Amino acid sequence: MSDTLHIEVTINGRRRGLDVAVHHTLLDVLRDDIDLTGAKECCVVGECGACTVIVDGRPMNSCLMLAVEVDGAEVMTVEGLASDGNLSRLQTAFLDHGAAQCGFCIPGQLMSAHALLEGNANPSVEEVHEALAGNLCRCAGYPQITAAVLASAPGVER
Amino acid sequence: MSAGGGIGAPAHRLGGYGRVTGHQQYVADIPMADALHAKLVTLDCAHARIISIDTSAALQVPGVRFVMTADDLPSPMPRFGPEYQDRPVLAVGETKYFGEPVAAVAAETKDAAEEAARLVKVEYEVLPAIFTLESALDASAELVQDPSIRRPGPLTGSNVLCEYHFGWGDVDASRADLVVENTYRWPMQTHFAIEPHGFIAAPDGDGIAVWSSIQHPYQLQKTLARVLEMPMSKVRVLAPDPGGAFGGKQHPKLEPLVAFMALRADRPVRLILTLEEAFQAVRRTSTAIRVRTGFKSDGTLVFQDFENDYLVGAYGDTGDRITSKASYLSAGPYRTPAVRIVARAVLSHTTPTHPYRGFGIPQVTWARECNLDAGAFALGIDRLEIRLRNLAKYGEEFIPGDTPADGDWAQTVRKAADEIQWGTPLLEGQGRGIAIGLKSGPTTGLSYATARFLADGSVLVYSGTSDMGQGARTIFAQIAAEELGVPVDRVSVVMGDTSVVPYDQQTSASRSSVLMGNAVLSACRSLQGQIRKMASRLYGVDEAAIVVDRGVVRLPDREEAIVDVLTAGLGRMGGELIGNGESRKDADPDHPLGGTALFFEFNCTACDVEVDRETGETVILRYVTVSDVGFALNPIQVTGQDEGAAVMGIGHALMEHLILDDSGRTRNLGAIDYRIPTTKDLPLDFHSYIVENADGPGPYGVKGMSEGSLLGTAPAVAAAVREATGVVIRDLPLTPERVWRAMRELGAS
Repeated sequence: MSDTLHIEVTINGRRRGLDVAVHHTLLDVLRDDIDLTGAKECCVVGECGACTVIVDGRPMNSCLMLAVEVDGAEVMTVEGLASDGNLSRLQTAFLDHGAAQCGFCIPGQLMSAHALLEGNANPSVEEVHEALAGNLCRCAGYPQITAAVLASAPGVER
Repeated sequence: MSAGGGIGAPAHRLGGYGRVTGHQQYVADIPMADALHAKLVTLDCAHARIISIDTSAALQVPGVRFVMTADDLPSPMPRFGPEYQDRPVLAVGETKYFGEPVAAVAAETKDAAEEAARLVKVEYEVLPAIFTLESALDASAELVQDPSIRRPGPLTGSNVLCEYHFGWGDVDASRADLVVENTYRWPMQTHFAIEPHGFIAAPDGDGIAVWSSIQHPYQLQKTLARVLEMPMSKVRVLAPDPGGAFGGKQHPKLEPLVAFMALRADRPVRLILTLEEAFQAVRRTSTAIRVRTGFKSDGTLVFQDFENDYLVGAYGDTGDRITSKASYLSAGPYRTPAVRIVARAVLSHTTPTHPYRGFGIPQVTWARECNLDAGAFALGIDRLEIRLRNLAKYGEEFIPGDTPADGDWAQTVRKAADEIQWGTPLLEGQGRGIAIGLKSGPTTGLSYATARFLADGSVLVYSGTSDMGQGARTIFAQIAAEELGVPVDRVSVVMGDTSVVPYDQQTSASRSSVLMGNAVLSACRSLQGQIRKMASRLYGVDEAAIVVDRGVVRLPDREEAIVDVLTAGLGRMGGELIGNGESRKDADPDHPLGGTALFFEFNCTACDVEVDRETGETVILRYVTVSDVGFALNPIQVTGQDEGAAVMGIGHALMEHLILDDSGRTRNLGAIDYRIPTTKDLPLDFHSYIVENADGPGPYGVKGMSEGSLLGTAPAVAAAVREATGVVIRDLPLTPERVWRAMRELGAS
């Protein structure tokens, strides 16, 4: 048996006590231990961004963080974006703009975009491109994703 | 158009909600109680003789249940493949390519499976590997495949899997004012779907259930039935929407192995590949294409003469079909009196080659369009003009005996030229390029669909197409919504279960909007026929006096909504109407490809670039892609596919290539060393346009689309780089280093 450590972590607003294997990444724990499979596994080296989640307000590659590192942290995954079954403005914009094609990268795109918009109510195209540069989309829906992020920025009139 | 979301509307993607909430389940997300985890054992070389496999240390790892080797499988080793039955379930005696599995561990946890896989001791002798066309075609080359697994014929004593001869006219007797001859190379590339392939197998009563990220579930069902010696009815393939595919998920790969493991364990077994393993599971064919193009002095084409060599992998896979179907169209959409095409698919100790968006056509387009530019430069003729001069006219039989030009192709080319402002000046250090791509759709095909009109007026459509991002589910729902007069959000489309959904041949070749689209349309028309009978009975009107069309029942004195007739007709018992549809394109045994093109995908791409003289980096300033789609069933999805293909094509043109070392191992496995486009690689100014003349064979005049927009990307970009720098590069990709070196050499000479 591998070594485990107990951590206390808030995930999508719910506080959880978890015994995690010390060598497991945050992505492993989200997907395999608590069945939050929204964050995806692809490159496992921090290049593709499919596993992006938000840890204490910052977008992180959950494949590069050990789960023990989030002890005491607040974690948000794509499953935490909608509230009470209502899509967020960002999620709705992704649907309106056809930003989700195969959809596999979309949880990561949404997390990076959400983190951007939390800190920047009115980003420029360049700022959106920079914020999403670590999220690969092989359907290459980058123009549609960018348009969706821009349209849902809090600084944009509805 | 009636209730909303019908054809031509930018309807939201069906399945979009799951995609933006994280609830969409791809294979790796499917919970499976009591499942074992599998991990592959591979060797650190391409070609090896396996001497022995010692599993004793691996079996000591807590949680390991067994290690599967060739000895645990039927003898002779079952082999399978889409065209050739040559791929073994596990390597037997030899590995033929880097990453070919020699064993697989089954364990209670992923950790245990991974640890044990590292502890499987394989004793092996590294053998020389063949991984270039030159070495494979050398007369003294070792044979990649033992003749006993080849189809009998004159080629089994060579590494040539198959050879094709196409053409018309007499090239040798043609008199040209100018002949341009060059060889153009396209490198190995990987599909890089963001979802690596995933497989789960589970015993299912007296049969088996297999989940796979596959594009062709019915082909997998057939393959498993044959390999496992089960009736097809006992093999249930479940194919959740793939997380991107691009051709790389068309055919069975590791499903037979996982199925044998599940049967042995009598438990579910799951195998989710890493991205590195996905790179090693499938790749794109690399090519060397030698082309001689003969011109009159006014730019008129006299002949085109091609020798196309496609380097395929260690097993046949679809290498033969990619080579033949793409090569057949080498001469493109141009009126050419004499054409000669000799094409070979060549085996090597490399990753097996699947189709890859464009099905080998980008490779021939790269050669043809670049050589056309070379001729235009030599003759002093404008590059747009030389294309328009030779372009086949609407209805012209530009390939003798095949489907005539099925679109106003000049309209597409002129649109691209207008939008890039062809002929306007550029700044120093900038250049402009234009290229035309042409790809044939499927040559044969068969699709069935079922539509169930439920008592509340909602609709279930059953379609065996895979929705891998192209949005098939949405457009089928739009067709049903249009025909039956229901809002699109009251239509559900059931896919991906061979025990529930009727047969569809495959999801590829941009075929689904046409072939499956027509099948869905025909299922809806069957429902309309039943509604007409219902109306006749309900209202006492002769059937012949009733027309049912696009959601409306037209009676002699009034109109009723289809849904109202349905509700009244079903009455208190409820129930439903069931409509079946079928769509087929039959084979033509006399045709060199076994069938004519169902339609053509036609695209014109133009761009302006700027090249950094210090670094060789190419920046795309403006990019225009125009596709003739016939009719856009869903304009948002069309844009997504066209622009997405263009960006993928930009990756192929500027950055993507698999690099092998001296022993045939891939040096750039994975996302760090194999770069694909990001947001930072988008053209600075990027536009896609469509031509819609409703002249395709699909519902409402649609043609297939989704591949067209990357066919001509590389030659358009290379032409612009040439104009910007003066350098001519015939080997892709146009990496900064390659462009920089070429500029240095040009400067020195």
